[in-house]
Parts: sequence; C-alpha cells; structure tokens
Amino acid sequence: MNQIKVRYFAAFREATGIETERVNTAAGSAAELFSECAGRFDALQSYTAAMVAINDEMSDWDARLQDGDEVLFFPPVAGG
Amino acid sequence: MNAFQITSGAIDLEAFRRQLLDRSCGAYVQFDGWVRDYNEGQQVLRLEYEVYQPMAVKEGNRIIEEAIERFGISNAHGVHRSGLMELSDVAVVVGVSSPHRAAAFDACRYIIDQVKARLPIWKKEYYANGNAEWVNCRHCAPTN
Repeated sequence: MNQIKVRYFAAFREATGIETERVNTAAGSAAELFSECAGRFDALQSYTAAMVAINDEMSDWDARLQDGDEVLFFPPVAGG
Repeated sequence: MNAFQITSGAIDLEAFRRQLLDRSCGAYVQFDGWVRDYNEGQQVLRLEYEVYQPMAVKEGNRIIEEAIERFGISNAHGVHRSGLMELSDVAVVVGVSSPHRAAAFDACRYIIDQVKARLPIWKKEYYANGNAEWVNCRHCAPTN
C-alpha cells in the first residue's frame, strides 16, 4: 500500500467537495487511482478528457505511483 | 524574471510591449484574449479563472522556450490572468518580437494555442440566466 496525496481542481474540487486528501491505496497507476476515487465520489465520472500530474509534472495515466507521491487531477483545461 | 507569468491584477499592455522592444527586431506581434459576452448560445456576464500557478508558470515558460527554438524568434513573453474578470478585460496576452514578421506571427499563434491546450487553467462562466458553468467540463462532473 502507498500513501498518496490527492488534489482536486476546479470542477473536480466542486464535485467532490474537497481540495485535498491522503489515501492509502493499492492502485498501481494514476488511472487506477482515479477509478478508485471515482468509486467514492459519484461526481467523478470519467477522466477521459482530463489530465493528471504527479509531483507537479504532467504525467501519463499509466504512470506508476510511488509512496509519498502527490497526484493532481485536472479536469479539461480552458485557459485563454 | 519569468517570460511567462500569472497575475491577478490588470495587465499593463504598454509595459508588456516595452519589455519586448529590440533594435535587432523588425516585427512585433501581440495577441490579446478578451472576455466575450457570449459562449455557446449563453449570455456571459463575467468569468473566473482558476490557475494552478506553480505548474502554469513552469509550463508557460516551457512553451515560450519551445517557440524560440522552433521559430528562431528573438523574444517572447506571455501573461495570463487569474481570478474574477469582467467583459472586455484582457484575460491573456502573448507578445513576440523577431527580425521578420512571418516567424513572429507563427510563434505567437503557436504560443497561444499551446497555452490554451496545456496550462492548468480553468474557466468558470457566469450567465445572465443565473447559472454558472466550468467551460469544457459539461460532462466531467454534474453541475450544481
């Protein structure tokens, strides 16, 4: 099990009602962690259009997680 | 100073342009993004940008380095706003100076396109009918 800090932004933060949480998880990848979180928060339906960052670097969804990582879930961006 | 910055205050466009003055350059191209009063059939009253600043600054600077490398321009800067914005406010500005105009136009277009696609910035629009919605996010979470 890894302890991971998860942060939710914008629509994800409003949908979950939380900005950050610590989770103990067996999820091996960012995608598995998102699915696990979506299992607890019905509002997190799909990450297909979203992006993920690990420790402040953009990441692939299949990136492997390590104990102590901070995982940032970004809904579709809309700058400009 | 970072070539790409986030600010919660109004952007001083004259000061922004001055930073890019360069005697070896014969061309300057600037893109301003304004807050528009409609989107997808809805009347927009104002909007709000949420920015994850540490990564937005880092990624914005990366984009500018890419543009300098790719198009051979001399200088490029960008600024994006955060927080509440009113109609016609300048939400984002990109400026490029270069010896010749073709590279300046191409690089400016590249930077704003990449900024919109890659920076961790989210836009919430407030509509005349009282609703508010995160743009591009209708299907990623139920709205209140």
